[in-house]
Amino acid sequence: MAITPSKTVNLSEGRAATEGEGPAVTAPKGTRTWVIHPSAFFAKGKEGNRLAFLLKTAQALLLAIAVCFSTGAGNSTIRFNDLGHRLMCTCSCAQLLGECNHVGCPESGQMRDELSAAIASGATDEQILSSFAAKYGATVLAAPTMHGFDLVAWIAPFAVFAAALLGTILLVRHWSVGRVEAPAPATDPAMNALRAKIRRETEASDL
Amino acid sequence: MATLGSFALLIALALAAYNLFAGAVALRLIATGQPTRVSPERLADTARRAGIAGFYAVSVAAFALIYSVFTNDFSITYIVEHSNRALPAPYKFAALWSGQEGSLLLWAWLLGAYGFVLRLTHKTDVKLYAYAGTILAAVQLFFLAVINFAAPPFSLLRGAIPEDGNGLNPLLQYPEMVIHPPMLYLGYVGFTVPFAFALGALMMRYPGEKWIRVTRVWTLVTWLFLTCGIFLGMHWAYAVLGWGGYWGWDPVENASFMPWLTGTAFLHSVMMQERKGMMKSWNVWLIFSTFLLTLLGTLLTRAGLVSSVHAFAQSSIGSWFYTFMLIVLAVCIFTYVLQRGHLRSEQRLESLVSRESSFLFNNLVLLVACFVILWGTLFPILSEYVEGSKVTVGAPFYNRVAVPIGLFLLFLTGVGPLLPWRATSLRSIRRNFIAPTIALWATVIVCMAVGVLPWKNGAFDAGNFYALVGFAMSAGVFAAILSEFLRGGAVIARQTHRNLLSAIVLLIRRNTRRYGGYIIHIGVVIVVIGLCGSAFNRSEERELALHGTLPIGPYTLECVGFTQDSNPNYNSEYALLDVYKGGKKIFQMSPERRVYLASEQPQTMVAIHSVPGWDLYVVYEGTNPDSGQPIIKAFLNPLVGWIWAGVVFIVIGTFIALVPSLSPATAVVRVQAPRTAQEPALKGGD
Repeated sequence: MAITPSKTVNLSEGRAATEGEGPAVTAPKGTRTWVIHPSAFFAKGKEGNRLAFLLKTAQALLLAIAVCFSTGAGNSTIRFNDLGHRLMCTCSCAQLLGECNHVGCPESGQMRDELSAAIASGATDEQILSSFAAKYGATVLAAPTMHGFDLVAWIAPFAVFAAALLGTILLVRHWSVGRVEAPAPATDPAMNALRAKIRRETEASDL
Repeated sequence: MATLGSFALLIALALAAYNLFAGAVALRLIATGQPTRVSPERLADTARRAGIAGFYAVSVAAFALIYSVFTNDFSITYIVEHSNRALPAPYKFAALWSGQEGSLLLWAWLLGAYGFVLRLTHKTDVKLYAYAGTILAAVQLFFLAVINFAAPPFSLLRGAIPEDGNGLNPLLQYPEMVIHPPMLYLGYVGFTVPFAFALGALMMRYPGEKWIRVTRVWTLVTWLFLTCGIFLGMHWAYAVLGWGGYWGWDPVENASFMPWLTGTAFLHSVMMQERKGMMKSWNVWLIFSTFLLTLLGTLLTRAGLVSSVHAFAQSSIGSWFYTFMLIVLAVCIFTYVLQRGHLRSEQRLESLVSRESSFLFNNLVLLVACFVILWGTLFPILSEYVEGSKVTVGAPFYNRVAVPIGLFLLFLTGVGPLLPWRATSLRSIRRNFIAPTIALWATVIVCMAVGVLPWKNGAFDAGNFYALVGFAMSAGVFAAILSEFLRGGAVIARQTHRNLLSAIVLLIRRNTRRYGGYIIHIGVVIVVIGLCGSAFNRSEERELALHGTLPIGPYTLECVGFTQDSNPNYNSEYALLDVYKGGKKIFQMSPERRVYLASEQPQTMVAIHSVPGWDLYVVYEGTNPDSGQPIIKAFLNPLVGWIWAGVVFIVIGTFIALVPSLSPATAVVRVQAPRTAQEPALKGGD
């Protein structure tokens, strides 16, 4: 990413930076404004190191996401709680098995017993979920599985997010094309004094 | 009363039709300048008056239905199905929205009320308001047609008239249910107004951004109603459903959340249009989408498209809504394609690190969140269509997909206000981000020190991880907002020689919109902290004999009695539980279970003791049929009270944002609508 010092700090920039926005956004007098141009994100060649850095960052993020999705549970109580929140009660209460609280519910008691037995038998999470789906139907699983058409449910949100992100970046790039640089600041001392006065006043009026 | 109500609805339908057709003809004549015998301005005014009269007619119909509920007129089918003699008076009002016919009547009445206010204030901008009023009439015509022909609330019962009705759904017999649905409906229906203004402004190629300023107030008010409606619904679910949670990603909950997300995106991106003349097409489509999503929400609730614990009324009005939504979409697309030249951006983006970019990314994330929820809600239908079998898309899906998006949005909430418009300087970035960064990392360290670790028993714990990130982000965002207040307040204090507190008050009054917005953000941060607390919920369930105890967290619950009660509406049984902390009795709780006589349905009444740190939430689940002993389930839910406290901040912030600033703090270029003294107010445009 190229960050280039702008040579165009002038009255108009100072005002634009402060217009209606209070002190947090005021470009102090004499400060060089660093414009991070969108096209920098698409630069090649000398930006190779930065690209490598971005790639490594992306890899690290992917790894973190993978860790998030590879949740596991150690002992049987935690597994029971975890699996109980990945299954639905089938009594039409539309609640997770782990949260169904109907006294006399015709389903949840038996389902909980089955879940405990399955965990005690040493079956894996995947096997337990499959056996419940085979017995009660696919709607017993509280979320789509990771295979077949169900996978689309998981992929689509991230695909749309990626497409929207790309679209936004392209939009920013499109908007920034043909940006006209502001004229260089005047060097007239009287103008400089006036500029300083207006900066002070605009900073005050923003508040 | 049934006859009066039915006639009132027919008259309202005729008036809405007149309003639409006369208004459309008048606006067309004005646009083309075609000479006519009747003045188009007068024709437009008669259309406006018809809209006002239509509101009176719908009010008569709503009154007739409520009167029928109160007088137990069981000759009307709707009253038999949704009320009974013993129903307490406040819940008789709730009968209006407990069934499909009544809730559609409520929708039409609220739309009429919004239209009434709009038409009375038409002098703000006669032509724009005429367009908006005509579009509102079209929407009103649809709802009145549904009420008159597909779901009539005054249809008479066939056969013998019963002595008593079936009663109101027990789930609805809770105080919040008297205000939650109307609040939600005010939000849903209210988005019709900004939609009407946006579509009208596009149709007439309205010059300048005045329509945006008019729409912003309506949108903000509507957004506030929807926000309150959503949170009241959460509180109702928390207090009534008895599962210890407040949000279950239920399709109907999702349906209310989707227009909230697009409405929030609109409230942010509209600032880009006001200040920079950018994102005009985007804003128009955001408000179109929001309106369509409110229709979808009603469709989901009322048409039984998906199963939900909140869908209290279902029938076959789906085809009416599908058709109407398609018509609305077609009109929107047609108008946009025809007038898109009017929506060109006036300025360009200069830097990726700027306020403009943060708005873009804010909109991106809000829209992706909306898509995720829409996708999850409708995926079971898609799956059934493709594979022939339904699947469930429940909380585990949303927790994995939507929660990270929400955290990213929280991050943007903190970063956005720290960035200036146009471009920024490294010095400014350093200065503005130091305090939030320190707050963020300090919170991470403190949280980990007190045991909020992203792993449990050697395994990664997603709930704890998200809670840790949520707490840290919240601290960072709060520090960012606080530093904005302190920095601005300090400058004013220096200039005006006030103390810091009064300087901050003056700061807020000088730019209510900006600082009201920051207070809303503080509210959001507090809500997020409350939501993060759910990662540490605990629960215990036990059969309790007399003097049996149930320990949970710092409390011990001792059963000191079980008793029964009855009244004409329901029989109840409840437990009396003394609550001890540190060996000392501190209060008593009495969770209850009712069985309503008319419907013979049971209902839980949860006992909740709320302190800032947590809620002690106790459910009387009933008696074990084998042992005959009562079953008590207790939850310790950390930080739930923060959610409701955050909403108070959101409401206060919205009110502040609605109040005009003391002095103009923004440099908005005001463009006068083309209107001269010689021309009639409705002349001009196309």
